[in-house]
Amino acid sequence: MTLYWEEEMETLPRVGLESVQLTRLKKLVARVYKTVAPYREKMDAAGVKPEDIQSLADLAKLPFTVKEDLRDNYPFGLFTVPMDEVVRVHASSGTTGKPTVVGYTKEDLKTWSGLMARALTCAGATSKDMIHNAYGYGLFTGGLGAHYGIERLGATVIPVSGGNTKRQITIMQDFKSSVLLATPSYALNLAETMASLGVDPKSLSLRVGVFGAEPWSENMRDEVERKLNIKAVDIYGLSEVMGPGVSMQCLEGKSGMHIFEDHFLPEIIDPDTGEVLPPGEKGELVFTTLTKEAFPIIRYRTKDISRLIYDPCECGRTMVRMEKVTGRTDDMLIIRGVNVFPSQIEHVLMGTEGVEPHYQIVVNRVGNMDTMDVEVEVSEDIFSDEIRVLEKLTNRIQGDIKDMLGVTCKVKLVEPKTIQRSEGKAQRVIDNRKL
Amino acid sequence: MRVEQIAVFLENKSGRLAEITAKLAAENINIRALSVADTADFGILRLIVDNVEKAKTTLKSNGFTVGITNVIAVEVADKTGGLAGVLKTIEEEQLNVEYMYAFVNKTGENAVLIFRFDNMDKAIESLQRTGYTILSGEQICAL
Repeated sequence: MTLYWEEEMETLPRVGLESVQLTRLKKLVARVYKTVAPYREKMDAAGVKPEDIQSLADLAKLPFTVKEDLRDNYPFGLFTVPMDEVVRVHASSGTTGKPTVVGYTKEDLKTWSGLMARALTCAGATSKDMIHNAYGYGLFTGGLGAHYGIERLGATVIPVSGGNTKRQITIMQDFKSSVLLATPSYALNLAETMASLGVDPKSLSLRVGVFGAEPWSENMRDEVERKLNIKAVDIYGLSEVMGPGVSMQCLEGKSGMHIFEDHFLPEIIDPDTGEVLPPGEKGELVFTTLTKEAFPIIRYRTKDISRLIYDPCECGRTMVRMEKVTGRTDDMLIIRGVNVFPSQIEHVLMGTEGVEPHYQIVVNRVGNMDTMDVEVEVSEDIFSDEIRVLEKLTNRIQGDIKDMLGVTCKVKLVEPKTIQRSEGKAQRVIDNRKL
Repeated sequence: MRVEQIAVFLENKSGRLAEITAKLAAENINIRALSVADTADFGILRLIVDNVEKAKTTLKSNGFTVGITNVIAVEVADKTGGLAGVLKTIEEEQLNVEYMYAFVNKTGENAVLIFRFDNMDKAIESLQRTGYTILSGEQICAL
C-alpha cells in the first residue's frame, strides 16, 4: 500500500492541481514585480506586466533567471522580504566565483520540512525509522534540509554529516540505521569501506537509500543496491529553488521523480534557443517556485538535463515525474565535436562485469586533437596474469563507448584506490584543455 | 603438478617494483623467479615465491591487485638445446603457450622453465609422457 504524507494534494486530479498552480503563480509574479527591482527591470525590458499572466502557458512570457543573476545581486539582492523576516540562509559552494546565497522565512522552513517529509514518505520512510543523514551539514542545503524533514516526519535523525567513514559504519551497526541519505558516490565509499572492514551489509538494518546532489547512472544504481543490499531511490533539489525535496522518486514507479508541483512549476526548454519544448522531450529543466516567501525564483535555468513524464504512476500520485538527471549542460564535455556526459561513460563502465565504480575521465588537447582517457581501477574480478585478457577488456569498453557515444577514447587501467574517493560530490572529470 | 604463481598489476610508474620487493623482503618472503610483462600503460609482475599465501596477504594489504594462477615448472638440463627440445615437444603436441620465463638453479646444472598453457592438463600429460620432469612448488623452493 502506498504511503502518502499529504494524500489529497499528492493525488489531486491534474485540473485541480493546475488551478492551484495558476492562483499561486499570479500572486507570486505580482509580489515579485512589486518588491524586487532586478525582476521588475527584467520584466519591463521584456515588455511583460504581472496582469499578462492569465494562464500557465503565459509563464513563457517571463524572462529566465540564471545563476549570474544571483551572483550580480550577491548576497541578498533578490530577497523579497526584509532581513528580519529571514530566519536562515544557505549558500552554494561558489567554486567558480562568488557563492550564490538563498534565504528562508519561518514559513519557508515549514514548507521545506513538509516537502522533505513528503519525499521521505515516497521512499517508504515512517516515524519508526532511524535515518542516517550523511549529507554535509552547513551552508550546503543537503544536510539541514533533510534534517528538518526527518524531524517533521517524526523519524529519528542521526545528524552524522559527511566524512569519518569508519565511524559512520560503527554508527550504522550500533544505532541500527534503516534509511541512508547521502550522495551516491559517498554511498559507494561507505560500501567499499565496509568491505575493507569485513562488515557484511546484510548484517545492517539498512533498507533504503535516498541519493541525490549529483548525476548518476541507472547501472550505478544497480551497483549501489547490490553493494549495500538496499533499494536506492533518487531525490532531487537545488538551493536556488529550495534544496532537497523539489522532486522525489517513489518506491512504486520504476523511474523518474515526482515534482512537487503544488510548490514548483517545471518547464523543459531547448538550452540553445530558450524555447519551451513539447511534453516528453528532453532538454534543460527550468523551475518557478510557487510558494517561497524570502527567495522566490522565476523560470530558473537549472542546467540539468531531463524530460517530463506525464504517464500515470503506479503509486497514484498525479504529480508529473522528471526523468533521472543524466547530466548538466555545464558538465557536458565536447570531445572532437561530440557531446559527452560523464554519466553516459559511467553507464557503460557499470554495465561491464567486474568493473568497479571508481573511474575518472581525463581530457587533454594534444596538438589540435582532444583526447579522452577513461581511467578504471583494476579489481581482482577483472585482473588477469595475461596481458591479452586485460587488453581485450579495455578494447571492449572502448568499443562500447564508441558504439554508445560515437567517440573514441582510451581506457587506462590503474591500480586500486588511486582514484580519489568521494566525501560528498565526486570529481569525475579532469579537463586539462585550455579552451 | 602445478605451481602457484602470484601476479600483480602494476601501473607504469617509477618505484613500484622496488616497493613490492621491499614489502616482500620485510616479510621474509623469498622470490624464486620473476618476470615482468608490460604494455605502454601497465605491466604485470609474475612471481614464484616460497610463501604464496603470505605474499598475497602482504601485497593485498598494501593496496595491490593480486591474482594467483597455476603454472607448470619444467626442469631441463642447463646446456645448449635444452629449451629448444622442450619447445619442439610443445609444438609437436600442439600446445599453446600463453607466456613463459626461465631461471637457472643454484648448482647451475639445471634450468627451470615456467610455462602457462591454454590447456594445462593436456600440457602436463604431454610433457610427462615425453619424459620431462615437472616440478612441484615445494621442489622449486627447495632448489
